[in-house]
Amino acid sequence: MKPEKKGEFSPYPFLFLGVVLLVYALVFVLDPDLAVRSCARFAALVRQVIPALGLVFLLLFTVDLFLTPKRVAGALGMEAGARGWLIATAAGVVSTGPVYLWFPLLADLREHGMRPALAAAFLYCRSVKLPLVPLMVYYFGWLYTAVLTVFMLGFSVVVGLATEQVEEWGGKKED
Amino acid sequence: MEIRRSATKTAKAFLQIIPMIAGVLLLVSLITTAVPQEAYAALFTGHPVLDPLVGAAAGSVAAGNPVTSYVIGGELLRVGVSLTAVTAFIIAWVSVGLVSLPAEMEVMGRRFALARNGISFLCAVLMAALVVLVLAVPGGTP
Repeated sequence: MKPEKKGEFSPYPFLFLGVVLLVYALVFVLDPDLAVRSCARFAALVRQVIPALGLVFLLLFTVDLFLTPKRVAGALGMEAGARGWLIATAAGVVSTGPVYLWFPLLADLREHGMRPALAAAFLYCRSVKLPLVPLMVYYFGWLYTAVLTVFMLGFSVVVGLATEQVEEWGGKKED
Repeated sequence: MEIRRSATKTAKAFLQIIPMIAGVLLLVSLITTAVPQEAYAALFTGHPVLDPLVGAAAGSVAAGNPVTSYVIGGELLRVGVSLTAVTAFIIAWVSVGLVSLPAEMEVMGRRFALARNGISFLCAVLMAALVVLVLAVPGGTP
């Protein structure tokens, strides 16, 4: 399966949504109360997600308008070096909203020449939630929080490089 | 005209991803509503090797805000679940996403998505062991 390309129609998202709606229909029959509460939570989630969705749309538009493959390859490609890792991990840490909102932007950047390892590192660094640090300290202590955060940042490089190796196994980028 | 072309192109790409995002959000809503927080404690048996794997597996399947994972993790610690298992659970919660895997496969490519999630799962278990090992040195275990 190739990553989605802009303008290319894929029926899969609609099939996926259809299957989920069928599951909901089944839940409505078996446990109407659960279905109603799930719908209420869905509505609340949608309200939370809309600002992040808007941000991703804006970034996608900006990438398409201003970034050329040469520029992306320079900043986030194979030749980007330590600066590329720094950009990807820092962007991952500060990015907000659910992870799946960022897939289209990363796919777009990869089309423009972003290194797979940096895309994986970006996604992994989203594990570091700076606004939630006080809560983690409350539950687990500052030492645990500090050690875990350092490990997460370090492992983002491991996960990035390993994902890239697997993806490019046998010289193939995609299945 | 370049702006208009980019806006149209982006809107088309975005419309493709909307059903996927709606599907993932619906699944997340259903799972977080259906599975009570106390259900997680029942998964752990006290086995030193099996529990971190179970923790990572539970974190991979779970969905929702990471805040929930801290609250559940804190409660699990309180009822005696090992710190390694709780750490694997918390890490997998934020780094592995089975619920969003179909969306990731569709947009980022099947091999990338499967590799990233599989490696992140293994790293959650490995990292949990390492974090607890490091914390054992200065005696900083919570």
